[in-house]
Amino acid sequence: MDLRFPDATPTLDEVQALDSVLGPSLIAEGWEREHGGAHRAEALRHRLLPSLHALQDRIGYISHGGLGELCRRLDVAPAEAYGVASFYAMFSMEQRPPRVAHVCADLACQALGAGALLDAVQAECGPPNQTGVAGAWQPSPCLGLCERGPAVLVTEAGAPAHEAVVAPAIATDVAVALRVGPRGLGAEAPVVDAVPQASSPEGRSALVLLKRVGVVDPSSIDDYRAHGGYQALRAAAAMGPSGVIREVTDSNLVGRGGAAFPAGRKWAAVAGQPVRTHYLVCNADESEPGTFKDRVIIEGDPFSLIEAMTICAFATGCEQGFVYLRGEYPRALEHLQHAIESARSRGYLGANVMDLGFAFDIEIVRGAGAYICGEETAIFNSIEGYRGEPRSKPPFPVEAGLFGKPTVVNNVETLVNVLPIMLHGGQAFASIGTPGSTGTKVFCVSGSVTTAGVYEVPYGATLRELIELAGGVPAGRTLQAVLLGGAAGSFVRADEIDFPLTLEGARAHNTTLGSGVVMLLDDTVDLPTFLRRIAAFFRDESCGQCVPCRVGTVRQEEALVRITLGQRPAAENVHDMQVLRDVGRAMRDASICGLGQTAWSAIESAIDRLGAFEGLSS
Amino acid sequence: MTMMHETPVALPRRAVTITIDGDEVKVPEGATILDACKVHGTDVPTLCYGDTLDPVNACRVCVVEVEGNRVLIPSCSRKVEPGMVVNTDNERTRHSRRMVLELLGSSVDLSAAPNVQGWMQQYDADPARFGDANTMRTVQQPVKVDNDLYVRDYSRCILCYKCVDACGEQWQNSFAITVAGRGFDAHISTEFDVGLPDSACVYCGNCIEVCPTGALMFKTEHDMRQANTWNEAEQRQTTTVCPYCGVGCNLTLHTQDNTIVKVTSPHDHAITSGNLCIKGRFGFQHVQTFARD
Ligand SMILES: Cc1cc2nc3c(=O)[nH]c(=O)nc-3n(C[C@H](O)[C@H](O)[C@H](O)COP(=O)(O)O)c2cc1C
Ligand code: SF4
Ligand code: SF4
Ligand code: SF4
Ligand code: FES
Ligand code: FES
Repeated sequence: MDLRFPDATPTLDEVQALDSVLGPSLIAEGWEREHGGAHRAEALRHRLLPSLHALQDRIGYISHGGLGELCRRLDVAPAEAYGVASFYAMFSMEQRPPRVAHVCADLACQALGAGALLDAVQAECGPPNQTGVAGAWQPSPCLGLCERGPAVLVTEAGAPAHEAVVAPAIATDVAVALRVGPRGLGAEAPVVDAVPQASSPEGRSALVLLKRVGVVDPSSIDDYRAHGGYQALRAAAAMGPSGVIREVTDSNLVGRGGAAFPAGRKWAAVAGQPVRTHYLVCNADESEPGTFKDRVIIEGDPFSLIEAMTICAFATGCEQGFVYLRGEYPRALEHLQHAIESARSRGYLGANVMDLGFAFDIEIVRGAGAYICGEETAIFNSIEGYRGEPRSKPPFPVEAGLFGKPTVVNNVETLVNVLPIMLHGGQAFASIGTPGSTGTKVFCVSGSVTTAGVYEVPYGATLRELIELAGGVPAGRTLQAVLLGGAAGSFVRADEIDFPLTLEGARAHNTTLGSGVVMLLDDTVDLPTFLRRIAAFFRDESCGQCVPCRVGTVRQEEALVRITLGQRPAAENVHDMQVLRDVGRAMRDASICGLGQTAWSAIESAIDRLGAFEGLSS
Repeated sequence: MTMMHETPVALPRRAVTITIDGDEVKVPEGATILDACKVHGTDVPTLCYGDTLDPVNACRVCVVEVEGNRVLIPSCSRKVEPGMVVNTDNERTRHSRRMVLELLGSSVDLSAAPNVQGWMQQYDADPARFGDANTMRTVQQPVKVDNDLYVRDYSRCILCYKCVDACGEQWQNSFAITVAGRGFDAHISTEFDVGLPDSACVYCGNCIEVCPTGALMFKTEHDMRQANTWNEAEQRQTTTVCPYCGVGCNLTLHTQDNTIVKVTSPHDHAITSGNLCIKGRFGFQHVQTFARD
């Protein structure tokens, strides 16, 4: 392949940034390209995303010269690299100030006054996305800090880049952050603050998956071992790969990422594939608005994820694991990176894990601001260095996934459930919860609630019980509705909260648990504004591949805006309600992936269950 | 890599029987539902499907109902499986097809796309129901005219990915264009949107060959359409062998008033499948100016 590269030259900063991820340019360029041939280009393609991060982190945007240099080193066509870079919200293709405050405009923060915060920030700091200043702000989708909303993440390009969280934030915080940068800001609240149950002994006694959060030192593998770490892997080694899969199957563990697929079936399918290599991808993209449980697990107990992934790899024959981590999770990245390095240096990862005679290692891939990359096939394209567009299925990941090989994709929470299954057996696990929904579930309770945070309860607790555990809506307010499952989920009314939080219970109530989002809306939340935000979220996050979703999410938002802001005759609203239903049905029926298929669910439920626009259309 | 597990292409393929709209249809294993529909004589609209390219199944106008599936299935890419029961024309498939046509029609200029107006009528599509161009987002934008050979009018682009695939690894290996951006902002672009002369484009015109909407157009055709002199009914098509080199590509010359106005190439040609190089595609004009080196 004879590629043509642009003439623009990189700056020294950009060259150094690329050196830091790719090694010195002398080695990568010239000789190697002559001799490496097409295979080398393929072998290097998955370095594209980390290389783009390196450029963005160093100077705050992707320049012509930087992109060109990256393309020369990786043997990637400039147009292709541009197509990939421009897919991700975190990469700026235009010069941008090095310091950026990302102010959450998303759902949970909306319920906590993000609308007013954005207005106040605008008044104090000027319009968003300013250029030619030292620091600019921009509205952001959910930052996964919903228990502390309204949340702000401040980033600063440089060597190294810096990040800091301000949450909850007021407008002055943003102005200060833009002036002093992330390094001048105070320390973030401890992880354990996100686990309200951990603050009392009896609350703690209910925790299984979260039991070590706030107890164990997340930077110490010895402390992890002192708190029971790596016993599950020993148990797994004793029962052998097929024993592990049997226990996981017996446990009835289903995926916690949203689709509730049986984990044992997935593992058995990959284990049974004669083709090598097998890959394990841990889905830690966590971008569904209102979801922050995986962040808490990784920040508070990173070794548990490493151990769980190692067990999965042992059982399914995976030699390489990837954690696809949300790009906006600086503390989780730091803790997990450190944990992987310690595990590797102590023989818990590598060529011969714990002297058990199998090889396994883990690489972190940082996402770059794209909700769609949490979809289980888009994640492969993203890791491989392509645009994060979902692939069509079949083939399914267990047959042809990452790099075309059999692949296990599991959510963080799904994986850490394997530890209690190994320690106590599949049967014991299955005895917790209900026959249809086994084990415990970590719910992310956010919005208008007294004590937001992650709550771990056995499947079968009712929604009312969970809400009461979190202290209900703030004093003096009344509950308007609960959004279950996030933007892709659906609303239930305040008088509908007495059903059990199980898969079957949710189904019987014509709703979904999704990834475990429980977002409360009290009477102060303006429902139309909230719904417009849901529509805007899908319009922003559609990958753009298929027509029903690419255009449908735009037409859905437009119709919603006309209905809620239009002040028009009822007949026009009736017309647009039909537009919503027609577009929604086609998105659900004809879109490629779950994003388009669920882009209308929450709005539909607001109309049908909450009676959102009753007064407007009659 | 060992090829041991691959079935030799020459072996006769097993036949698979599926049901289409109540009738049994037998097609070779590996055929798509769309192939089976053709065998059965069922019309299915397609836009992003290309006879010489791997399906991307992005437009969704070809969806059918396959019993047992929660959602509709793109017929252009899904392979037949024994016993599949397919419904191509019920209220559900008609609804999604109508919506795809309405959604596209509301955002893109489809006037130069063959067949689309007929389907619009067939499916009762009313793209105007979403409002007028002032209140709706569209992909309206000026035509890109940055070279003398062909123009790019992305207000006609339905984002079918065909030009990108033809320019990239499936045919041309030039990788001059890509899909950039995301969601409704997704668009076909060079790196940083530089003009074609600054890009890796070699003016093979293979992207024009596969474009289903007229978004990519010979400059001759574009200029004649502007001048209102383009008249397809008066044009003649003659297929001949390209004189420029020994490969022997087939050229179809489109002539109007004894002037060559554009060049296409038959897709069923065993070797070239509709692909040409700059000489065959544009040689009727002035190759010398544009051949690099
Ligand atoms: C648009 C979209 C976004 C998704 N995002 C995530 C995510 O951030 N994390 C996750 O675990 N699963 C996500 N999923 C679900 C995955 O596709 C997949 O089902 C899951 O990772 C499988 O793991 P599990 O079986 O352990 O849940 C998403 C799905 C869709 C359609
Ligand atoms: S449904 Fe939306 S996100 Fe999914 S492939 Fe289609 S355009 Fe992309
Ligand atoms: S003319 Fe050829 S090289 Fe240029 S963009 Fe089209 S397919 Fe690519
Ligand atoms: S320019 Fe033509 S071929 Fe390319 S994506 Fe658009 S419609 Fe398809
Ligand atoms: S951090 Fe704002 S909605 Fe999640
Ligand atoms: S023709 Fe099948 S999806 Fe476009």
